[in-house]
Amino acid sequence: MIVSRRERWLGHGLLILLMAVTVIPFISLFVTALHKPGTYPSGLAWPETPYWSNFVDAFAAADMWALLWSSLLIELGVVPAALLIATLAGFSLGHLRPPGHRWIFLTFILGLTLPFQAIIVPLYYQMRDMQLLNTRWAIILPLLGLYMPFAVMWMRAHFVTMPQDLSEAARIDGANTWNLFTRVHVPLSRPALSSLGILMFLWTWNQFLLAVVLVDDPKNRTMAGALGAFQGQWGTDIPLLCAGSLLILTPTLLVFLAFQRQFVSALMQGALKG
Amino acid sequence: MNEMRTTGAPGRREVVAPASTSLEARRRALKARRLRRGWAALGLVVPAAFFYVLFVLRPLVLTVQYSFYDWNGVGASTFVGADNYTRLVEKPELLGSIVNALELIIYFSFIPVVLGLLTAATIRKFAASRLALVSRTVLFLPQVIPLVAAGIMWTWLLATDGLVNEIMRAVGLGPVTRAWLGDTSTALGAVGVIGAWVALGLCLLLLLSAMTKIDPALYEAARIDGAGAIREFFAITLPSVRQEVGVCVTVTVIAALAAFDIVFISTQGGPANSTLVPGLEIYYLGFFSREVGQASALAVVFMVLVLAVVLPIQRLTKEED
Repeated sequence: MIVSRRERWLGHGLLILLMAVTVIPFISLFVTALHKPGTYPSGLAWPETPYWSNFVDAFAAADMWALLWSSLLIELGVVPAALLIATLAGFSLGHLRPPGHRWIFLTFILGLTLPFQAIIVPLYYQMRDMQLLNTRWAIILPLLGLYMPFAVMWMRAHFVTMPQDLSEAARIDGANTWNLFTRVHVPLSRPALSSLGILMFLWTWNQFLLAVVLVDDPKNRTMAGALGAFQGQWGTDIPLLCAGSLLILTPTLLVFLAFQRQFVSALMQGALKG
Repeated sequence: MNEMRTTGAPGRREVVAPASTSLEARRRALKARRLRRGWAALGLVVPAAFFYVLFVLRPLVLTVQYSFYDWNGVGASTFVGADNYTRLVEKPELLGSIVNALELIIYFSFIPVVLGLLTAATIRKFAASRLALVSRTVLFLPQVIPLVAAGIMWTWLLATDGLVNEIMRAVGLGPVTRAWLGDTSTALGAVGVIGAWVALGLCLLLLLSAMTKIDPALYEAARIDGAGAIREFFAITLPSVRQEVGVCVTVTVIAALAAFDIVFISTQGGPANSTLVPGLEIYYLGFFSREVGQASALAVVFMVLVLAVVLPIQRLTKEED
């Protein structure tokens, strides 16, 4: 395709501008985190003496190890279980298609556009009655339900494309439904599963509302919820707040940079299917 | 009955092939097997359905039920009919929260989609260049970080001495500078800017990847017909990415109406309720002033509002399939 010089300059200029707008908030956060604690630094000025100790202080103040551990436990409680039950349901609704599968699927889809805030009040009382408030279960269990509309839709969309011939062949070879599922279909679903896993990992890590409402102790929350608490506590000390925010961001950023290709494609597919 | 019809479908060869006298018997046996498999298949849905019913549908039904009662969460509740709903219209801060959410659509949705479209159309010809590949990673950063973090960063950028004001002073716009999130006339827009920053990258990259799939022959034909860049955009690019535009609009509109994290961190709904949104107001009503019924009525209207806005968009963009 022929691209004129002017078009090339204009396009690259625009792209660089947008990238700058995206990155500058991160840089500002980093530079501010290096200023003297308790000051109100302005703009992007590099501090005369960078206070790297802010990161150490914030690490201790936020109790980072406890936070990481808590988020990890919540992820372990949510992601594998959600993947498993969504795959089972998606396999059934998309491939086996039992009687009534359309209605069941429609019922799941109903929850697709539901904002979490709409059901947070009854959820709170439900968790109170189950005596799970302030435990990690208060985040894990509702998320398993709240992810189902998207996750089931996602896995169903995958299984709909699997040819029935494949299953018939396996059945002729003597496979029952369970063998068919574990030996044939799960191995073939790996790309769909890994994208869904990445999305749910990210949503869980960044989950804020459930953490704020259902769990008081930041050490039992997700990372995003803990960050909210950290802001409430250290909100007046800007450099320390920025250092803490950066620390809390770092794990996500590292995981993202390590698996960026998978992340980008998962997020794009996620948006397209949603 | 549905099952009978599928007998002729591709992939079910075993049924159609032997056209003999035992056809009826075979059919019956097959039906029995299907039924057995059908129950097994339904069983596989049970775990997902269990969590969905218990943690989504049950609270959903309860929200509707609560909305007809006056309840402080502890004592006895009294049935009040539609009172909670009429109060939604009468109390300015309740109605205002809905108006604010609708206004946020301009920032969270309209601006990123339009900007994304224009930029993608400008850079689509070198979407495979090195810079464009790097930008894929960079522009996705706001999608990966928690919205809370975006809120914290931007609260600082938009503060009185923040970078935004610094830049404005540098270019001679000193008199307009202010605490953007603290001024009733600009706070909602400032919150909107944060949302636009988050959404722009995703919209741009989705639209760009859609544009690279357009057949180049279409553009050549347009060139031969003497179409300029603008004609080209409206005649070819825009119609071709219509579905992706629909996706971007849907995702960002939901994000606007359901905004919570960003507002919670940056303004808490203030100053003077100028950035109060339904999600936040439900939180305040339900957990601070303990007006559970009122919170639930707002939640019901909120759900209906989201559906009323999103469903027509879906309709419009899915038509082409």
